[in-house]
Amino acid sequence: MENIKKLILNTVKDAVIEEKQKLTVTVDYTKLHLLAKTLRDNAELPFDTLVFLTGMDRGEELGVNYLLCSSKDLSKEIVLKTGTTDRENPLLYSVTDLFETANYNEREVFALFGIRFINNPDMRKFFLNGDWNGFPFRKDYDANPELNPLNLESKDIIDIAPRIMEIDGKLVESTVNIFEEDDYIINIGPQHPSTHGVMHFRTSLDGEIVKKIDVHSGYIHRGIEKLSETLTYPQILHFTDRLDYLSANINRHGLCMAVEKAAEIEVPERAQYIRTIMDELNRMDSHLLAWACQTNDLGATTAFIYGMREREIILDIFEKTCGGRLIINQNVVGGVMFDIYDDFQKDVKSFIIYMCDKLKEYDRFFSHNVIALGRMIGIGNLSKEDAINYAVTGPAGRGSGWSCDIRKHIPYALYDKVEFNEVIRTEGDSYARYLNRLDEIEQSLHIIEQLIDNIPEGDICAKTKAIIRLPEGEFYSRVEACRGEFGVFIESRGDKFPYRLKFRSPSMALVSAMPLICKNEKISDFIGIGGSMDYVIPDIDR
Amino acid sequence: MELKNVNIKGIPTAEFNDNEYLENYIKELEANGVNVVLGKIDEFINWGRSNSIWPLIYATSCCGIEFMATAAAHNDIARFGMEVTRNSPRQADLMIVAGTMVHKMAPLIKRVYDQMAEPKYVLAMGACAISGGPFVNSYHVVNGVDQIIPVDVYVPGCPPRPESLFYGLMQLQRKIKVEQFLGNKQR
Repeated sequence: MENIKKLILNTVKDAVIEEKQKLTVTVDYTKLHLLAKTLRDNAELPFDTLVFLTGMDRGEELGVNYLLCSSKDLSKEIVLKTGTTDRENPLLYSVTDLFETANYNEREVFALFGIRFINNPDMRKFFLNGDWNGFPFRKDYDANPELNPLNLESKDIIDIAPRIMEIDGKLVESTVNIFEEDDYIINIGPQHPSTHGVMHFRTSLDGEIVKKIDVHSGYIHRGIEKLSETLTYPQILHFTDRLDYLSANINRHGLCMAVEKAAEIEVPERAQYIRTIMDELNRMDSHLLAWACQTNDLGATTAFIYGMREREIILDIFEKTCGGRLIINQNVVGGVMFDIYDDFQKDVKSFIIYMCDKLKEYDRFFSHNVIALGRMIGIGNLSKEDAINYAVTGPAGRGSGWSCDIRKHIPYALYDKVEFNEVIRTEGDSYARYLNRLDEIEQSLHIIEQLIDNIPEGDICAKTKAIIRLPEGEFYSRVEACRGEFGVFIESRGDKFPYRLKFRSPSMALVSAMPLICKNEKISDFIGIGGSMDYVIPDIDR
Repeated sequence: MELKNVNIKGIPTAEFNDNEYLENYIKELEANGVNVVLGKIDEFINWGRSNSIWPLIYATSCCGIEFMATAAAHNDIARFGMEVTRNSPRQADLMIVAGTMVHKMAPLIKRVYDQMAEPKYVLAMGACAISGGPFVNSYHVVNGVDQIIPVDVYVPGCPPRPESLFYGLMQLQRKIKVEQFLGNKQR
């Protein structure tokens, strides 16, 4: 990393480099684009993945934190910080031309903080309606409901995007039409059973070929990050379950890890075992549902019933352990809330045997079905470069040949002690993503097999203070959720509440790649591709 | 009609809560008397209606997954004649609102509700749809779907278990069974 520091100082002389939890570089906003470009194009260790793009209200100034990491080694991380003191008309430079994934994130920052990004081609608000008064995530936001009353009248959608471009050193405000004049546009969503949630895809068609997709989001935006700023750390935990409810336990694990790392709480070994096993059960539960939904999207209703049948057994194990089915409230800061029950090992072992058998059955009756193959092979191609550029992680990213499993790159809990393969395929089509999920179920079974007999005796939760205060600083944690990398960023000012909390949603990257991979595919395949990407919308909208 | 005559799958009336509410509802409906013939035809029609409710799933978040579990083989909603989930509001009798309602979604759910044909019912599933749930203090969340559309049955839980949803659906069946499709003079 010493070379990187030299490189940074050579590029931007007045950059401030700090050694915090991560290497943090603060630069002037005019230099940020140059620095990000240099780091991305660095041949030795390219920082070409944008993991976090976090809007910040630092009191005096409004700014953005970027967490970059290298696509070859995800543990090499660097934080860039920039900001502007102009609160009336804050302007920063966009990095959309370097990292495609920044596009939606910058639009999100505009909606929530009011920061506009120069050179971003589309500066509409992402989550909120265009006429929303105020910027909710600013500390001085006026939450008076009279400013934004409940409106029950449907409005027309205007497909004109404002933007602000720098042309020959001058800032020019202009507008751009999203669609061409005579495009035939259909709305898929927001309430549609096959969009896997309330996402709104405005799709322009040429015959039955998809020309362009414009994504509208925010139909389930609950402002979780803002709500968290008024709650203590143990109180925030339940929000993580309701982000990506299918990987509820893993998300919660991520937040617990961030708090534990910051407060220097050591988690007992027994709790680590329980956490890892529960995470893997959760992953299987999610992949089974994903498999069931994808097959259902392709027209196989029977397969849907089969997937749900196996999933129900995992839910029974969850229920016996902690009483919850979908959202299990198992992880707490310092360990887990409930110990495993007496027959836990027996139940899990019999499930492993049962599931191995069922995986063969799935393979036999769906994975080689001619109709299914015709609708998956070569459909929805995502290249490795695009996967990195859009930061598409999880089974979808690994289906494009990108090794992006956080469990391998930055091991947490017990993942460095168990043996498992990172499932990677290079085809990048729907079928690769489909097979990846089934193979990951197999790997999860293998992980649990190694742990289930060795659970040590001991405490299940470390003793924590009644009120958990985090020291001042910035804390990140990254875990491998079912759909990809889930991240937590906490900025603490020494209080029992976070000053700013940000969740990195894997599904947002998946959806941001949808317009790219659906282009020039048939409209009927759009649903199938969506099923193979397996995004969860409340995770995006937060 | 008396409440004890409202049979749901052989479950006695005493096992249900909210019986008083339903009794008052019957009293209100029968205030002007019931025609003997039409009353009997009503009972027959309502038997059919209550056992073939076609739901529209307005699922926005976690509760939608629990509905899927309810509909799949293990719990099997087909036992209640409700497996025909409709994606078009024009074909649906019941809207199951499963999940949080936010400001951006509010006009849309109103529009979908208006497209449903009478008689129509709404079931609010989960804490968010009832009151805003854990997100009640948020700037963007509507505190309960009943601020937008009228609700017949509330099913608490976060998310509710399939069994709770069945209980709520049976309560709705009971409500439908005491209604007067033809006989009510006030119509």
